[in-house]
Amino acid sequence: MSREDENETVRLTPEETRARRKRSIAIAVTLVALVVIFYVVSIVKIGA
Amino acid sequence: MIETNSLPLAPRISLAEPRDYFALLKPRVMQLVVLTAVCGMASAPGSINPFLAIISILAIAVGAGASGALNMWYDADIDGNMSRTRLRPIPSGRVAPDAAFGFGIILSILSVMTLGLAANWFAAGFLAFTIFFYVVVYSMGLKRSTPQNIVIGGAAGAFPPMIGWAAVTGDVSIEGFVLFLIIFLWTPPHFWALALFKMREYGNVGVPMLPNVAGEKTTRRQIFAYSLLLAPVGVAPFLMGFAGPVYGAVSLVMGGFFLKKAYAVLQMDDGDQLMIPAKKLFGFSILYLFGLFVTLLAETASMGILGVMV
Repeated sequence: MSREDENETVRLTPEETRARRKRSIAIAVTLVALVVIFYVVSIVKIGA
Repeated sequence: MIETNSLPLAPRISLAEPRDYFALLKPRVMQLVVLTAVCGMASAPGSINPFLAIISILAIAVGAGASGALNMWYDADIDGNMSRTRLRPIPSGRVAPDAAFGFGIILSILSVMTLGLAANWFAAGFLAFTIFFYVVVYSMGLKRSTPQNIVIGGAAGAFPPMIGWAAVTGDVSIEGFVLFLIIFLWTPPHFWALALFKMREYGNVGVPMLPNVAGEKTTRRQIFAYSLLLAPVGVAPFLMGFAGPVYGAVSLVMGGFFLKKAYAVLQMDDGDQLMIPAKKLFGFSILYLFGLFVTLLAETASMGILGVMV
């Protein structure tokens, strides 16, 4: 990355990085939970 | 070379954490929604797979939470000027209004779709209607325009037991309607008791709550009138045979206490600054509703007729 590009990049503070990481983890956990829920609901419905 | 000083300021990076988004869901209201929806489900005839029952309750709870997030998005201007709501995520600056709006919309869609897949599309449609009713009819329409806002808007908070019932049966019934009616009639005395001792704050932000518009005396009378209706309706599940004798006794005793406290509010002097009876009624009203529904659920489960677990 050139020096000019670096000047245009938003640099996150440690607090902002930490908050974004927590949000990313929460979204990931929610998405995995949704996949599991829809999978098991499908299996149960098919089984019935 | 680009002059960085001439660039527009970068947008503020969010410091919001997952718990801030969780707070948007109004977790305390969600507790009541879960309890009443489970009661509706447990009281319904027929059975539902336990896993599908849990997912259905989760979907109903998230749907209620999504409507809470959309309500907070729309009411951020009011919330920022009231002590009770000043620290909510949007007025405190922890969550951006746009982010809260997107969060509420996405969760609304997800919860309705999930309930449709796990239970049935009638229940899902009912949940979608409830979210619409709370956000558009109550928050955007009634809340700022009429002192009867919480009477009509209270229906949104009263629908969950009917949705829980519908998740099992695919339709609505008189029993589910009675559970709806208990919450519907409970809402005015509960919120007007709060409005009495928070009257000045509601007045300052322009929300036409009954004490500000019609006066304290009318509000006290209305609280007592609704309490007179609520006490017998609270016993109705026992009289109609879908709740047991323990529920009958608990609802009778708690209904009597509710009336006693509502009567104390009726007897309050005009211009009472401390409003102790109103504060006591507000506190007891929460205990009353939880007491009734917890007893209904516990007794239904202990009698071995918890159909959802079959």
